[in-house]
Amino acid sequence: MRVVTGGLQTTVQDLGRPASQRQGIPAGGAMDRIALRTGNILVGNGEDAAALETTLIGPTFSFDHPTLVAITGADLGATVDHAPLAPWHPALVQAGATIRFGPPARGCRAYVAVAGGLDVPIVFGSRSTYLRAEFGGLDGRALRAGDVLPLGTPSALSREIAESLPDARTVSAARWGIGPSVRPRYAPEVHVRLVPGAHTNALSESSRDRLFSTQFRISASSDRMGYRLHGPELSLANRIEMLSEAVAFGTVQLPPGGAPIILMADRQTTGGYPRIGEVASVDLPLVAQLRPGDHVRFRPVSLQDAQRLYLALEQELAQARLAIAIRFSRGTS
Amino acid sequence: MKARFAPLGDSAIMVTLGDSIDEATHRLVRAATERIDRHEVPGVVDLVPAFTSIAVHYDPTVVAEQAGAALPYEFVRRALDTLLAGTSAEDLPPPRTVEIPVCYGGELGPDLDELARLHELTPEDVISIHTAGDYLVYMIGFMPGFAYLGGLSDRIATPRRQTPRTAVPAGTVGIGGSQTGVYPLVSPGGWNLIGRTPRAIFDIRREEPTLLATGDRVRFRAITLAEFDAWRE
Repeated sequence: MRVVTGGLQTTVQDLGRPASQRQGIPAGGAMDRIALRTGNILVGNGEDAAALETTLIGPTFSFDHPTLVAITGADLGATVDHAPLAPWHPALVQAGATIRFGPPARGCRAYVAVAGGLDVPIVFGSRSTYLRAEFGGLDGRALRAGDVLPLGTPSALSREIAESLPDARTVSAARWGIGPSVRPRYAPEVHVRLVPGAHTNALSESSRDRLFSTQFRISASSDRMGYRLHGPELSLANRIEMLSEAVAFGTVQLPPGGAPIILMADRQTTGGYPRIGEVASVDLPLVAQLRPGDHVRFRPVSLQDAQRLYLALEQELAQARLAIAIRFSRGTS
Repeated sequence: MKARFAPLGDSAIMVTLGDSIDEATHRLVRAATERIDRHEVPGVVDLVPAFTSIAVHYDPTVVAEQAGAALPYEFVRRALDTLLAGTSAEDLPPPRTVEIPVCYGGELGPDLDELARLHELTPEDVISIHTAGDYLVYMIGFMPGFAYLGGLSDRIATPRRQTPRTAVPAGTVGIGGSQTGVYPLVSPGGWNLIGRTPRAIFDIRREEPTLLATGDRVRFRAITLAEFDAWRE
């Protein structure tokens, strides 16, 4: 993959380093994990293969060889030699054809999965870029003009998917893709479900009401580490003595100023602020796609329902994976 | 030992073993961490021990394969409850002691003089108090390899600075409230900076990238600027 322009902040991401958190190393990885995983499924990769995560203004790049790609996540207006490239479908892009991103239609982050995955070195069990400490991905940084990224060897399934696509001069997209039931319903105003946290009940009554009845705006100082929220100030009924302890993807912290923070992929492993809830995993992709200025509303969900939703979504992903395997099983049996 | 359990979202469970920062609780946390490590609980992805608790991150899909009709959280909670029932801190291995050489004051520790004045001590007093301490790594967190150390003398405990610095160099030794520690990476910071170590606290090129681990004992040793400059790892 040859990078012509890097875009605003394009990084290599996979599913991160969840097993290194005890060393203080952030779990990191893709912000929108469903988009990353479905992209990989569409090109015949393992779901944890490394892909590009683009942010608002996407990169421009081409391949030296015909390459099977899938764009998922936000619709950031991808084209191949100026012809639209449909997201959530695999497509075979010919050597030398240029992939560009246009004005972002909706959402914040698109993912570019390629057959074989992006083959950058593994650091602490992951290829994910951790910008803050400058490791992982491509030299620990965002892509820039002139970068060349090596691709891994495509799987047998990847090759079969590529061979199934008709010949075309620049790009040939499959008619099949990931159905709408699995795709997160991205929007600039989202409702996300919040599992009660350790200190939800420590909020003052009026703050608890406000948490679930008003909308919060995503502040400009939001990044892969966390989203700061503007809205009504929240406060605890009584001061509580907090000791630092572990946090999770989607933990909503309440610092003394009263403006909550949603902790995202590059969050620190531990935190010392009250935790007023954790966003249900199934709704994290919606949060990951919010831009500064977008809005979020919380509604409470029981742990039981959050885990049921989690398992139901995993089942849908497993079915999507299976459907593709069955579609191409003729070639392998 | 009576452990308390609470969900940390839909993919982690918080196990709480005490209520204050003390060595007895710390030893229980370590013993429980080792116990969970040794017995593979299905679906467990990582453990993050802290002062009084351990977060057990798990994959609900993997747990569900074992859990049958039970909620993944309930399955993990019961497995941990059974597993931790007999935990005692008696059989912990002896701690490692890690020595951290520090060049105190000057450009490497720009707040040393002011901190000494605040406590009506000389900079030399602060250095001897700081190096006399026997510190314990209570937990790792906040940033890669950052160790929360207990054991700072009350005589040099100092509130954080009003305005944090935007970039504190890696290896800088600071005091913030009743805590002391070393910044593993360049980062913003509000602690009072008293010196710097030439040892890498965090180095991704090392096989064991983090110098310190939970349960380690730490001693600081004063070195000269010449020794600092000549230091090679």
